[in-house]
Amino acid sequence: MSSATTPPDSDPTGRRQVHSMLKLYYGMNEEGKVESLDPCDINGPHFDPEVYLNKLRKECSLGELMDHESCTVKQIRSLDSDMQTLVYENYNKFISATDTIRKMKNDFKKMEDEMDCLSANMAAITEFSAHISGTLQDQHAQITKLSGVHTLLRKLQFLFELPARLNKCLELQAYAQAVSAHRRARCVLQQYSHMPSFRGIQDDCHVIMEQLAQQLRQKFRDGGSSAKDLSECVELLLQLDEPAEELCDKFLSHAQSRLEADLQGLEAELIDSLVTDTGGGLVQKTNPGSNPVSPSSSSTTNPFLSPTAGTDILEFIDRGCNEFVSNLCLVIASYQELFINHPQEGELASKKIPEMANGKLHVFVDTLAARYFSLVERRIQEEKGVGDNSLLVRALDRFHRRLQAISKLLPGSAVPSQGTEIVVRAARERIKQYLSALQTFYHDSLTDVRQALAAPRLSVGGASASGGGATSKDATPSLPELLTSLSNFILNQLKSVLASVHLFTAKDITFSNKPYFKGEFCSQGVREGLVVSFIKFICQSSRQYCESAGDRGGSTPPALLLLLSRLCLDYETSTISYILTLTDEQFLVQHHTPVTPVTALCAEAREAAQKLLNHYVKVQGLIISQMLRKSVETRDWVNTIEPRNVRAVMKRVVEDTTSIDVQVGLLYEEGVRKAHSSDSSKRTFSVYSSSRQQIRYAPILIHTFTCAALLVSVLTGIIKISLKTFLECVRLRTFGRYGLQQIQVDCHYLQMYLWRFVSDENLVHFLLDEIVGSAAHRCLDPSPMEQSVIEVICERG
Amino acid sequence: MEDDAPVIYGLEFQARALTAQTAETDAIRFVVGTQSLKFDNQIHIIDFDDENNMINKSVLLHDAGEIWHISGSPADKAVLTTCYSKTSESRVLTCAAVWRMPPEWESGSHESPDDSSNNPQTLELLCHLDNTTHGSVACVLWEPMGDGKRVISLAENHVLLWDLQESSTKATISSSATLEGKGQLKFTAGKWSPHHNSTQLATANDTAIRGWDLRSMSQIYCIESAHGQLVRDLDFNPNKQYYLASCGDDCKVKFWDVRHINEPVKCLEEHSHWVWSVRYNHSHDQLLLTGSSDSRVILSNMVSISSEPFGHLVDDDELSDNEESQQEDKGKEPLRDSIIATYEEHEDSVYAVEWSAADPWLFASLSYDGRLVINRVPRALKYRILL
Repeated sequence: MSSATTPPDSDPTGRRQVHSMLKLYYGMNEEGKVESLDPCDINGPHFDPEVYLNKLRKECSLGELMDHESCTVKQIRSLDSDMQTLVYENYNKFISATDTIRKMKNDFKKMEDEMDCLSANMAAITEFSAHISGTLQDQHAQITKLSGVHTLLRKLQFLFELPARLNKCLELQAYAQAVSAHRRARCVLQQYSHMPSFRGIQDDCHVIMEQLAQQLRQKFRDGGSSAKDLSECVELLLQLDEPAEELCDKFLSHAQSRLEADLQGLEAELIDSLVTDTGGGLVQKTNPGSNPVSPSSSSTTNPFLSPTAGTDILEFIDRGCNEFVSNLCLVIASYQELFINHPQEGELASKKIPEMANGKLHVFVDTLAARYFSLVERRIQEEKGVGDNSLLVRALDRFHRRLQAISKLLPGSAVPSQGTEIVVRAARERIKQYLSALQTFYHDSLTDVRQALAAPRLSVGGASASGGGATSKDATPSLPELLTSLSNFILNQLKSVLASVHLFTAKDITFSNKPYFKGEFCSQGVREGLVVSFIKFICQSSRQYCESAGDRGGSTPPALLLLLSRLCLDYETSTISYILTLTDEQFLVQHHTPVTPVTALCAEAREAAQKLLNHYVKVQGLIISQMLRKSVETRDWVNTIEPRNVRAVMKRVVEDTTSIDVQVGLLYEEGVRKAHSSDSSKRTFSVYSSSRQQIRYAPILIHTFTCAALLVSVLTGIIKISLKTFLECVRLRTFGRYGLQQIQVDCHYLQMYLWRFVSDENLVHFLLDEIVGSAAHRCLDPSPMEQSVIEVICERG
Repeated sequence: MEDDAPVIYGLEFQARALTAQTAETDAIRFVVGTQSLKFDNQIHIIDFDDENNMINKSVLLHDAGEIWHISGSPADKAVLTTCYSKTSESRVLTCAAVWRMPPEWESGSHESPDDSSNNPQTLELLCHLDNTTHGSVACVLWEPMGDGKRVISLAENHVLLWDLQESSTKATISSSATLEGKGQLKFTAGKWSPHHNSTQLATANDTAIRGWDLRSMSQIYCIESAHGQLVRDLDFNPNKQYYLASCGDDCKVKFWDVRHINEPVKCLEEHSHWVWSVRYNHSHDQLLLTGSSDSRVILSNMVSISSEPFGHLVDDDELSDNEESQQEDKGKEPLRDSIIATYEEHEDSVYAVEWSAADPWLFASLSYDGRLVINRVPRALKYRILL
């Protein structure tokens, strides 16, 4: 019926224009389109013909007006024709519509009749249906009831079948099913337990479940079941209202038995290695005893041999880690899975199982770890050989690393910190062992040096005496060589020990970043405990040489004393600071606690050196004094014959002094002596003039440590001691005429040779004068020998 | 408190022998014997006047020979023994004799000391301790605190116990012992122990110290190599019966407990040459005096091994009565072993040191050049010990 909107013109723009105008006509204002308010718009609604015309007339020329007029006329004509077409079309449509309405009027009449008929039929149907439903009502109720009964019966059947089903499950070992079935029935049974039949079922179920629980427990207790099985068991048992605490205990005791087995394995190994260890030790001990010919090789290598013949510590720790620690971790993990992290619902949650279980776990882990630690510590203590430290460090590292797993699993546990403690203790112990090994090494090297000194070819005294003061430079090591080799030995050993100890602080070792290893280990342990202690030990043992040797009358060879003193002096000047700097650099020591300063150590070394040197002077002085004393005491000076020769003992004295001079000169460079008077050996000395001249016997201590002054002061000391002894001995005797003359000859001889060794030759003169003077004083018939004769005798001798 | 300066007395001869007059308990008196081969030897009796710090001397002539050792009788202050060397037929022999000082020496000396030296009196010989069969005598020891009837002489390797009879005019050997061994053994020093009823003797030969029981004349202990070299002197601790000090050529002074002879109880090494003499103070055995040929005398305080390791516990009769209150006020910490003083007045070797028998705080030392120095224990220490 919208045919009015379809104009015959097919032109789209024209049609739209028509369309819009129609709309305008019908008042359907097209929205969105801005209405043109221009009165000159011929199509706009506000068109004012007057204005338009005026406008045209004003704007356009006549021609244009003519054109416009013709155009407008044309438009008006086309519009008229359009109008006519539309009116016609509408008329046609209107007629056909009237026809259609008429036709419809007839049809509706027919339909009305049919509708009446339908409503009558429907009424009949309604009545019918009401009738039917009234008859079916009873049966429906019955069916509903029956279906209710049916479901109940099915439930009952489940209940009645439950024991059998449980039994079957039990047979099939489908424990989980059984438990879930029982759980479903449990409440009902509980509720209806007053009824005998249900009671029976409940009892049956109870018995069966009891049995099941028994089986589960059995399984739980059985060693063979895997962790997964176990956890399943535990879960089921928990669901069966088994007390969780008991389960924890059982689980733990079960785990404990397995871990104990691991530990026993470890212990057995420990005992094995112990047995082999002592065996090895025995072999070691008998070895040097059986062939004492080569003590140097056995003695030097001995402390650095690893005596463990059995499994080494790395293997042991490996085994411990792989077996015990990993099992422990497994146990902890599964335990936590079961008891702690397991989400509990209902009444289980209220029992605070996690807390209780956690407590138990901690106790369990602690006790087992304590046993493990004690084993490990025993094993570490076995590790006495100081040869290869890397093995121990690696073992400790592994040990420590594996314990970190426990700390991850069990955050609050003290086990890892205890493990760290053990590592720290082991490190401390290690340092002690290294110190004692160093000490043994030092002693052994000294023994070697002593033997080298005792070797006959090296006796510098003999060699130099025969060679007239020239040192024998043959293949055997001389004193300086011994000194350098000794100090190199010690230094190298110390360095290697430092390197070994340094392993403890290596970057890739897990425990190296623990505070102990960063701070205390470096400063207190290595620097103080090892290096400083060792240096102190050297000084102390050197000092001991001074003390022990005094009583036993020179059990220490004097050359060794000299060597040690030079060693100590070297330590003072350079080695100590070198070692300490090396240590500090290697270990990046940060001194939190006060440490021994280098100067203190140097002072100690210096003191030791001085003491040794003084002792050397004393010992050598004593040897010569002894000679002189015996020679004076054993002679009958009253009845001696006229002197023809210098006594042999005086030559010996000069020889020995020369050899000492050479010996000391080997280690300490010769100092500059006082310019000697050229005639000093020819100096005459009168018997009487000197007797009143008093010269104080000053203590013979050497305080100057510059090498220049040292050699001279050592020899001055020795000569002073010897001549003083000579004097005292002379004073105890009574001389005859020739006795005095012999003393004169002897003294002149000494005069000729000894002046060159001392810093101040006057000292020798004074002492010799004193001797001759005392002898003259103690002479019954003092008639001194002619100086020229003395000179002749001395020159001849 | 200023300590008194030492008093020095010079003899004109060299001297080695010094003794305190043991029987004299009132006057401070020392006896020195000179040693001269060419001139007549003398015995100087030196009285020290403590109050005026003065020395009175009297000189007696000892014409038998140079004196090596001298020792006074504990019972009679006029009696003394000397060991002197006698040269005969170009042989030197050291003999021993008992002498009596002439009775007038005491009165004469006080009036004009100068005169007495000009006109010396001679000692009266009581008897010889005849040793022609035994060789040179090293020293003569009186029985400590005895009645002056028994002496021991050490001659070469013999120990001879003499009984003096008839007012010491006759000497007979009552018993003797001989030290046997390799080589030429010779006693160098000895000491009669004041303990055990005077039945023990200690001797030194070479580096060994031996103990003897005088009843059986047998050796009871022997400290082999007690010193590194010759042992020069011995002394018994007057208050501790098993303690003994020794000194020797190794410049050391050692303290021994004769019950444990393997190790010395203590060892001092302060001298730089031979130590010739060691003496315990008679009353305060922590005070020890040593003389050495480094010409020094050292006074040490060995508290730790003395009979009074915790200070003076028993009240001293003279001083404590007045000052008892003070004594308690002073909180005394025990003294430590230490060197109290080193005396360097001597210029030659010091061969003898002696405590005075009368004054326990006074001692004398004698050096070879004949210088006798009398010193006192420093007052500070004296009061420390007493209070």
